[in-house]
Amino acid sequence: MSYIRAENLMKIYGQGEAAVTALRDVSFGLESGDFISIMGESGSGKSTMLSIMGALNTPSSGKFLVEDIDVYALKQEQRADFRREFVGFIFQSFNLIPYLTVVENVMLPLTTLNIKSSKKRVLALDALGRVGLSNKADRLPSQISGGEQERVAIARAIVNQPPMLLADEPTGNLDSKTGAEIMDLLRQLNEQGMTVIMVTHNIECARYARRLLRMADGMMHEEDPVNLMAQAECLAGQVSVALKSAGGVA
Amino acid sequence: MTLKDIAFKNLRRRKAKAGFILAGILIGVATMVTLISLIQAMTHDINHKLEKYGANILIVPKTESLSLTYGGLAVGGVSFEMQEIQEKDLAKIKTIKNAANVAATGPMVLGVIEVAGHRVLLAGIDFQAAKILKPWWKVQGSNPGDNGILLGTDAARVLNLKMGSPVKVNNRALTVSGILESTGSQDDQLVFTRLEVAQAIFGKQGRISMAEVAALCNACPIDDMVQQISGVLPGAKVMAIQQVVKSRMETLQHFLKFSYAVSIIVLLVGGLMVLVSMMGSVRERTGEIGIWRAIGFRRSHVIRIVLLEAGTISAIAGIFGYLIGLGATKIAVKFLSQGDVLVPFDPQLAAGAFALAVLIGIVSSIYPAMLAARLDPNEALRSI
Ligand SMILES: Nc1ncnc2c1ncn2[C@@H]1O[C@H](COP(=O)(O)OP(=O)(O)O)[C@@H](O)[C@H]1O
Ligand SMILES: [Mg+2]
Repeated sequence: MSYIRAENLMKIYGQGEAAVTALRDVSFGLESGDFISIMGESGSGKSTMLSIMGALNTPSSGKFLVEDIDVYALKQEQRADFRREFVGFIFQSFNLIPYLTVVENVMLPLTTLNIKSSKKRVLALDALGRVGLSNKADRLPSQISGGEQERVAIARAIVNQPPMLLADEPTGNLDSKTGAEIMDLLRQLNEQGMTVIMVTHNIECARYARRLLRMADGMMHEEDPVNLMAQAECLAGQVSVALKSAGGVA
Repeated sequence: MTLKDIAFKNLRRRKAKAGFILAGILIGVATMVTLISLIQAMTHDINHKLEKYGANILIVPKTESLSLTYGGLAVGGVSFEMQEIQEKDLAKIKTIKNAANVAATGPMVLGVIEVAGHRVLLAGIDFQAAKILKPWWKVQGSNPGDNGILLGTDAARVLNLKMGSPVKVNNRALTVSGILESTGSQDDQLVFTRLEVAQAIFGKQGRISMAEVAALCNACPIDDMVQQISGVLPGAKVMAIQQVVKSRMETLQHFLKFSYAVSIIVLLVGGLMVLVSMMGSVRERTGEIGIWRAIGFRRSHVIRIVLLEAGTISAIAGIFGYLIGLGATKIAVKFLSQGDVLVPFDPQLAAGAFALAVLIGIVSSIYPAMLAARLDPNEALRSI
């Protein structure tokens, strides 16, 4: 049995005329320690899939299981606990809390834990060390660059050592050089044992993954990443163009 | 880092918003404290005056037919037809339940005498008790000794007597030992002498016409005292004489009710301000709430953050509201009354104001807090 399982997931937003089907019968299994990238056109359901995997978005039908925990059978508050223990989120817009310093932002997932504040700080500084930002711990988010903000978001996602790391277009708002740094960081975290699931538009980024899930119109199928390599080479001339426009594509 | 830190840091960051909520509760609490402590000060002032008021209970013989006013010529004429009060019975007043509140009991014997061709009312009194019963008395000369008399101003003028003048009353030679400065009361027309002397003159040894009692009691109702004295003096009629003070107290009571009403309205408006501001704040922070929920804050954690913020602001508003209210009262008292009215620190009011402020702040934030907690985390994150 796979570590993470999606069974016949359906997601329909809205009702009647306005109903939008974002997922149509999606099933798959992922192993612990995988590095997965999800690709697909805008509106194909990638973010929906990721939010369901993050226990944030209740599917219309189907099951989602992690470690045999049926996530959407959990009660509201338990599902919050599940998110705290199992999931680290990295968003496209970095989502730092503006009135908290860098280290305080990283401490956020530890806030509700019953451990000493000094210990929380140590854990947060350790996570910041892993993303190479120890020296900016006491700055406010507005006082650091976009790439640094993204790294703070990653530190926050890993501070409580969740088994799953979910990233929705983590490089979408970054230039290609900074984007590559972030991808290297994700690869390192994956090598340290975290299961990384990443949504991306960017073929270059997708190549960091070991498995590739492609989404189209709410349906998912697996592709061989080797194809991706070939495709990338073929598109080599256009990549730089794609990278430049990536910032505008959500 | 705890939920408390998040709440405090947000408040510090959004000072303008916090200040607005603070002002809402502060104004409410300050208004309430000002009104209530103003009334307390006035009530205290009246009670204080009540103590200076002297006699406030009158003991007169029981009578079916006549209304007995002390003064007026009828008193001497009818006194024989009434049951008289025995002087020794007055000692029973010391046995009543609230005896400790009786400051003085002044027996008085009244009768008509003729001096220099004028009929005048002679009152035999206990000059010791008079000090408490009639604190406003100012005597020129001295209180009468064994053969002395004290004249009211009008009596002195009409009888044309001066200090040291000899007076003959029923063959008894007396001397004017003092003259009472104008009191504006019936006392001005009376001639006073010691109780025993008057009793001897009227042949009423051991008997009195009436008695005055000064009960110093702010808290215990004067009617209770009247009841208690009636109980030990069944042959006498006991009544309270404090209509003026009573009606002023009633006015204050009405004002107190009015103040409560005003306070409630102002506090309600304050609560509404909190509600509206907190709703706005929750809406503004939708994305932030989404982040909290995504990283594993429970609904209850979100509620706690919102209520912590509201509670903190309103606690501060409670403290400062009380202090401002107290200051405003001190200023108002200076304008409203000429005397030295004290505005004391009232711990009960202070605690009440504080508790009310926190209560209003929190109650008005419950709905916004619930709203924040019920946000769909996925939707909230999409709002960023
Ligand atoms: N909360 C929502 N309410 C209504 N429609 C939504 C919501 N989230 C996504 N959708 C719709 O569902 C479809 C899939 O969206 P999404 O999962 O965001 O796709 P992607 O991330 O691949 O661009 C889109 O048509 C989108 O408009
Ligand atoms: Mg998306």
